[in-house]
Amino acid sequence: MNKLIKAFTKDSAIVPLVAILLGLIVGAIIMLIGGYDPILAYRSLLDTVFGNRYDFGETLTAITPILFTGLAVAFAFRTGLFNIGAEGQYIMGMTGATVIGVTMNLPWYIHAPLAVVVGALVGGVWGMIAGYLKAARGVNEVITTIMLNWIALHLANYIVRRFLLEPGKGRSYMVDDSASVAIGWLSRFMDDARMHWGMVVALLGVIFFYYFLWRTKQGFELRVVGSNPDAANYAGISVNKGVVKAMFISGALAGLAGVFQVLGVFHNQVISAGHTGHGFDGIAVALLGGNNPLGVLLGAILFGVLSYGAAGVSFGADVPPEIIRIVIGSVIFFVAAPGIIRWLLKRVSGKKRKEEAI
Amino acid sequence: MDAATIGHMLNTAFVFSTALILAALGGILSERSGVVNIGLEGLMTAGAFAAAVAAYKAQEAGYGGASPWIGVIAGAIFGVLFALIHAVATITFRADQVVSGIVINFIAGGSTLYLVKLLFEGAGETSLVNEVFHKVKIPLLSDIPIIGDGIFNAYPTTYLALILVGAIYYMLYKTAFGLRLRSVGEHPSAADTVGIKVLRMRYAAVLLSGVLAGIGGATIAMTTTGSFSHNTISGQGFIALAAVIFGKWNPLGAMGAALFFGFAQSINNVLQLFDFSSHVPSEFIYMLPYVLTILVLVGAVGRSRAPGALGEPYYQGKR
Repeated sequence: MNKLIKAFTKDSAIVPLVAILLGLIVGAIIMLIGGYDPILAYRSLLDTVFGNRYDFGETLTAITPILFTGLAVAFAFRTGLFNIGAEGQYIMGMTGATVIGVTMNLPWYIHAPLAVVVGALVGGVWGMIAGYLKAARGVNEVITTIMLNWIALHLANYIVRRFLLEPGKGRSYMVDDSASVAIGWLSRFMDDARMHWGMVVALLGVIFFYYFLWRTKQGFELRVVGSNPDAANYAGISVNKGVVKAMFISGALAGLAGVFQVLGVFHNQVISAGHTGHGFDGIAVALLGGNNPLGVLLGAILFGVLSYGAAGVSFGADVPPEIIRIVIGSVIFFVAAPGIIRWLLKRVSGKKRKEEAI
Repeated sequence: MDAATIGHMLNTAFVFSTALILAALGGILSERSGVVNIGLEGLMTAGAFAAAVAAYKAQEAGYGGASPWIGVIAGAIFGVLFALIHAVATITFRADQVVSGIVINFIAGGSTLYLVKLLFEGAGETSLVNEVFHKVKIPLLSDIPIIGDGIFNAYPTTYLALILVGAIYYMLYKTAFGLRLRSVGEHPSAADTVGIKVLRMRYAAVLLSGVLAGIGGATIAMTTTGSFSHNTISGQGFIALAAVIFGKWNPLGAMGAALFFGFAQSINNVLQLFDFSSHVPSEFIYMLPYVLTILVLVGAVGRSRAPGALGEPYYQGKR
């Protein structure tokens, strides 16, 4: 646990907090320039999220996929890999679950778990492609995962259109009830918000992330690969195997995001012209959370609240909801360029600290 | 298939390719100087937005046929503004170049739509511009069968893009500026040793990439759509990035790649008339640019080598 606590003290906790604050300030300034009331906007945002049971439940539902993709991106980061492909792995995981959910007819205790597992595997394999290309041919995973995102989008559209399409609709047939992971009683309690088991599994994912990386030999090896590939090699740890394994696990985590969206929220898969953005939000969540499991959880909560509350911003304060994208973008910007924050902090505190040797 | 159809396909290919060529040229300049630019999508979005708004205002103010050109200039300016964010973050503050690129895409998408709603009273789209570019026939050359119809009857922006390919090729390989630009991307500390201002060169390259990608986005708004909405730019920036790599960081190569991707797109459009799409699903044609890029990187379609110092921030004084 020491590591977790340490992550939230010292520099690493201050930077994200200042980044969030600066992001909100940037948003407020832009709203002021546009002639809007930022205080009212932020208050409407909070009112929307915490105002009633339905919206609160839906906020939790909105947090779930980005918690998964955030964990996915962070997991790859820990092994020294930049997985921009969470979006594609999300889509493939969703497609795998849809195929099982739509085409098969099984008792619920087999159907739902099977759909979840298959979806996770498909997402994992999609991630593994980039891992394999890196290990075998030395191809930078950043470019391959970007390309695989677009390939996944069109491939999934093809599978839905060719094999799963409900005639006359731009989407697949509905997933069989036996594959649903919705929690009926909780949904009723939350005034029909779409509650499902995904949140529970995502929280288990947070624990898995911590346990696997810091409490198992395999996880230790992956972290060594991430922090110093040469040392890993010298110690007899196969860097290539580690890269492939890490991308598989990362892809599976991102795949689970898509799995639970289709089995718990939408119950069908649409033919989509573009990306959902959950994968890219995962990058933001991972960065904000400092690639720590607990940090990722907090990051996902923050982003889920901001994104879901965006509707309230336009409803309650008449501000275009895109302002929230600007706020989120600014937050990532400040997290990504900690130099700017340190520079600002120095200006604010006026302390003349010696420039650290870089 | 007759000559007229082939000519038509070629023509459509050039329409699709123009924006890709321009953005890819921008990507080449930035990456050749050592700065990864996956923010091309966002820079194009900014350019398309600015062009649609500026051309609309110009048209309202009675500038007539000059309006789309005003749009293109506005696109270039907005492209530079967003590229400046990328430059400050990655060159001065040495932020992760990939992350900064993602942020550019994020902020460009959000802020342009925010401004659209602000400027057009809550509408999700800019008002349609009537004064857009029209195709220009080049006398004599356009009478050549197939090619004449395919190439020499194009939008002025297409000619501009083709001229810029030559100009940037010349600049990169035949001028001192180009040599310096390439050297800071290959071996910045060596360049520094011989007195080249590494950071200044990188700033120039990234800002120029903003100009080019901004113009690229503007051409889409000023030829194809006539307006700007959330899906005016949907992935072209990433295809342009693919063209940069497929074209091996060379302007001529990138142009070839962009034309190829444009052609694949136009096959898709034209061949739907021939019921070709029942044999090859359109989704697979959409995938083509991305699959080819991966194949290039894997080395299946010829080796390509990225600039030596791509992605590495430069610390002044580090030797």
